[in-house]
Amino acid sequence: MLIISGRRARRRIALVAAALTAASVLAGCGSGDGGGSGSEGSAADLDAALEKGGTITYWTWTPSAEAQVAAFEKQYPKVKVKLVNAGTGNDHYTKLQNAIKAGSGGPDVAQVEYKALPQFALPGDLIDLSQYGFDEFESDYTPSTWASVHAGDGLYGLPQDSGPMALFYNQQVFDEHKLGVPKTWEEYVTAARTIKKENPSQCITNDSGDPGFTTSMIWQAGGTPFQADGEKVTIDLQDDGTKKWTGVWDQLVEDQLVCTIPGWTEEWYKALGDGTIASIALGAWAPGVFEQSVPDGAGKWRVAPMPTYDGQPATAENGGSTQSVLEQSKNPALAAAFVRWLNHDEGIKPFLESGGFPATVADLQDPAFVDKKVDYFGGQQVNQVLTDAATQVVEGWQYLPYQLYADTIYGDTVGKSYQTHSALEGGLTAWQEALVKYGDQQGFSVN
Amino acid sequence: MTRRVSTSPLAPRRSPVLTVLMALFLVYTLVPLVWLILSATKTQADLFSSPGLWVGDQFAFFSNIRETLTYRDGIFLRWLANTLLYVVVGAGGATLLATAAGYGLAKYRFPGRRVVFAVILGAVAVPGTALAVPTFLMFSNMGLTNTVWAIIIPSLISPFGLYLMWVYAADAVPDELLEAARIDGAGEVRIFFTVVLRLLAPGIVTVLLFAVVSTWNNYFLPLIMLSEPKLYPLTVGLTQWSAQATGANAQPVYNLVVTGSLLTIAPLVIAFILLQRFWQSGLSAGSVKQ
Amino acid sequence: MAVKGGGTVSQGVTQLERRGETRGGARSPVPGRRWSRSDTKGWIFVGPFLAVFALTFLAPIGYAAYLSLFRAQAFFGTTEFVGLDNYVDVFTDDKFWDGSLRVVLFLVVQVPIMLGLALVAALVIDSARLYASSFFRLVIFLPYAVPGVVAVLMWGFMYGTNFGLAADLNDLFGTSIAPLSKNWMLASIANIVTWEFVGYNMLIFYSALRTVPDDIYEAAALDGAGALRTVLSIKIPALRGAILIATIFSIIGTFQLFNEPNILRTLEPNVITTYYTPNLYAYNLSFGGQQYNYSATVAIVMGLLTAVIAYAVQLRGTREAMK
Repeated sequence: MLIISGRRARRRIALVAAALTAASVLAGCGSGDGGGSGSEGSAADLDAALEKGGTITYWTWTPSAEAQVAAFEKQYPKVKVKLVNAGTGNDHYTKLQNAIKAGSGGPDVAQVEYKALPQFALPGDLIDLSQYGFDEFESDYTPSTWASVHAGDGLYGLPQDSGPMALFYNQQVFDEHKLGVPKTWEEYVTAARTIKKENPSQCITNDSGDPGFTTSMIWQAGGTPFQADGEKVTIDLQDDGTKKWTGVWDQLVEDQLVCTIPGWTEEWYKALGDGTIASIALGAWAPGVFEQSVPDGAGKWRVAPMPTYDGQPATAENGGSTQSVLEQSKNPALAAAFVRWLNHDEGIKPFLESGGFPATVADLQDPAFVDKKVDYFGGQQVNQVLTDAATQVVEGWQYLPYQLYADTIYGDTVGKSYQTHSALEGGLTAWQEALVKYGDQQGFSVN
Repeated sequence: MTRRVSTSPLAPRRSPVLTVLMALFLVYTLVPLVWLILSATKTQADLFSSPGLWVGDQFAFFSNIRETLTYRDGIFLRWLANTLLYVVVGAGGATLLATAAGYGLAKYRFPGRRVVFAVILGAVAVPGTALAVPTFLMFSNMGLTNTVWAIIIPSLISPFGLYLMWVYAADAVPDELLEAARIDGAGEVRIFFTVVLRLLAPGIVTVLLFAVVSTWNNYFLPLIMLSEPKLYPLTVGLTQWSAQATGANAQPVYNLVVTGSLLTIAPLVIAFILLQRFWQSGLSAGSVKQ
Repeated sequence: MAVKGGGTVSQGVTQLERRGETRGGARSPVPGRRWSRSDTKGWIFVGPFLAVFALTFLAPIGYAAYLSLFRAQAFFGTTEFVGLDNYVDVFTDDKFWDGSLRVVLFLVVQVPIMLGLALVAALVIDSARLYASSFFRLVIFLPYAVPGVVAVLMWGFMYGTNFGLAADLNDLFGTSIAPLSKNWMLASIANIVTWEFVGYNMLIFYSALRTVPDDIYEAAALDGAGALRTVLSIKIPALRGAILIATIFSIIGTFQLFNEPNILRTLEPNVITTYYTPNLYAYNLSFGGQQYNYSATVAIVMGLLTAVIAYAVQLRGTREAMK
């Protein structure tokens, strides 16, 4: 017995209807400038919605949201934005998923991390923003973030921040051990051994197994373990890129050269401040975290490009979010207009002021931003390194359409390899098997 | 009938050895609380750099409290008020319902009475967290999610309280008294409110105590049911602050989490100490036997 | 017959035992007619509780039971009726049994330790051999007032092997115990749970002890019974009902173990698997994997297992009381 549940079916019909409406609008004003995506008519809808006013709800945990909403409401007094911090990360997604499943109670606009976007976009929970002509903003964003807000053929958000990875390192610790900044991963491993030998309580970096880090590292190595095309999903955690990464990282894990302090815990913050952790590869948003929460590290830390496998610059994205409009929204035009303002127009300014790392090309090239000397990093112009990194992101990466689930069970599988200090391949294989099984159960056809 | 005056018969000698042994136990109990109090006096930087069971460089207790109470426009006070609301209505209601039902089960023999206990015990055994989704969807259909009712209604049920009141009422309320009241023409409900409640008072205090604690500590249900932080109780709010330390937008506020935890515990502890005489007398009343 | 006033938890608890002993006997001194007259009026009092209970417990359970018969694909919106397939899956699911065995281990080790400590504490405080016994009673009970969330937060900080109390202790004794590592995690969780609930159970036992009439002690003393003998032959038997009910609720609590591992998971996601306890498993199936149907099945199976075990313990307890 196979039935399509009523709510989903209705949503499908609504989607189709919406698409048809958009098409007819297109047809109706076919005299436009032609070749475009029909943006005029729909973009005008957004302006009209802003003019008309109304209330929308916005779920986010970004620190800049308060200032942004205040500025927006000042500019458009008729629009009221109800700002809700429903939780950080998984708590937020749980609530979002609950509201979606219940069919109501969700926000109009929600923050969605790039890795989570396909999970919400593919089942039709988010609105395709190309109907409002957002496609034409493509050149305004870095290619990697622009790719991240797409799922299938749809455009489901505008990038807010980006996280091209760089190597943050404690200059003081490196000097103590008379080490230069590693350019390749090989040098990195050598440095790791030196540090461990000379001071066993220190370590080159911490890694107790973290799905976000693992995926980013595979990304940097050129791996594409996840490929999704509609219902067809390919998972290959033994591809060349993955092997390249485990080739290096296994040495660190098996020889216990890395600290096993889990990230984002109190101990981790302490260890970053007191020199226990000598370096860490993080997204470009990290300087804000250091400045705010690792006060003891002031003056010690520096930023360098990611070590690579062949010495040629290459990096990956790590973290970063977009804002999406929910299919549930009763006022999608206004919600979309808010997103446009937030991540394309005036909203970027308060975002930058709060210390965010943008995804917009213009801001990434703005000399005032790029050449800024940062006291925390000993006056280093860190954004030069980071904005360079933004142009060096390896192409072709995709997240799974069920990446949040994959992250959840990462600890059950890959985490075990970390626990036993054994080759990561075993854990990655187990992860792959679990993901294939889950995907098949959920109706994907997985290879 | 003998009333026990001393703690135990024949007032034995006090034993320093036993006292020392129990003191060790006390240390175990108190160490985490001492840690919490000490930590609440530290700045975030000191939390990272000073030993756990010692003071930090600065004494930041009062500034921590001020910051906790004013952070994000004083949302902590809002959470405190919410918690109080949930406790007063939820635990109060739970006590009333459990008392009435316990009394009804103890003093009336009606069909299905025996099934009730089995059903309640059976239902309690099904893990609530695993039922979160069905409960959420049901409440959502009723329009209750993200309202205070989503928290209050489920807190109205205290199976343990019902059980206690049941066995307690069986003995504490003499059938003769009920019969006399009925002969006087009093209705059943009136008898309950004018005669029975007074007789059950010590039991009610105990049930209330347990209900207050469990509502005060309620965490999972609000976590699932509420998405609006303005409705959060303290427990969920504090965990949210704690989770803030994660990810690209990390803003750890460990000093506020610690101070907030202390402020969350404090009212309950103070209530326990102030009400000690009350529940103590409830306890010693227990020694009145036939 | 009982007089007014009366005890608290204690009395209820001793009543359970007495109920066992007098099982089958009419409890009312005037049986028969008066009961039947009041028959339905009992519902006035039980009704409100049952109504709310039905809404918050029975309906979700019923809904979960319904859900457990289907299998849905969250991403494609299809739902399929599968009969009892989900149940078959649960019974052959290694992860489910892994978690279940873990809570059984926890049950067999932690519950006796916790109840034993609580029992000893209650006996010692009741013995009047302590200085400042009411202070002890209050302080030992205090952790119960600490929200589980806060308790885990506190212990989590202290368990840290780099900066926490664990680090200081390891330095002191030259050991290298990592409370949050794979081998120690379950013990660490057991410690938190024990810390939280020892006082609570102590209070239940203590108030049950308070219901033992002085005459009995006096008689025992006249017979020349020493302190130990008094404990063994008077106090422990008097506590049997209390121990029984504390055990049953501890069993239920153990099978539902969730808050502690779930919060510690944020510190050590690789040690605490998504199926560390059955309840955590059900939660992660729902909220991590959107496998609502399977999750509902796990919940129902867990509920049945818990109920059976709790019932068996109760049956055994009452039978012993009847000896």
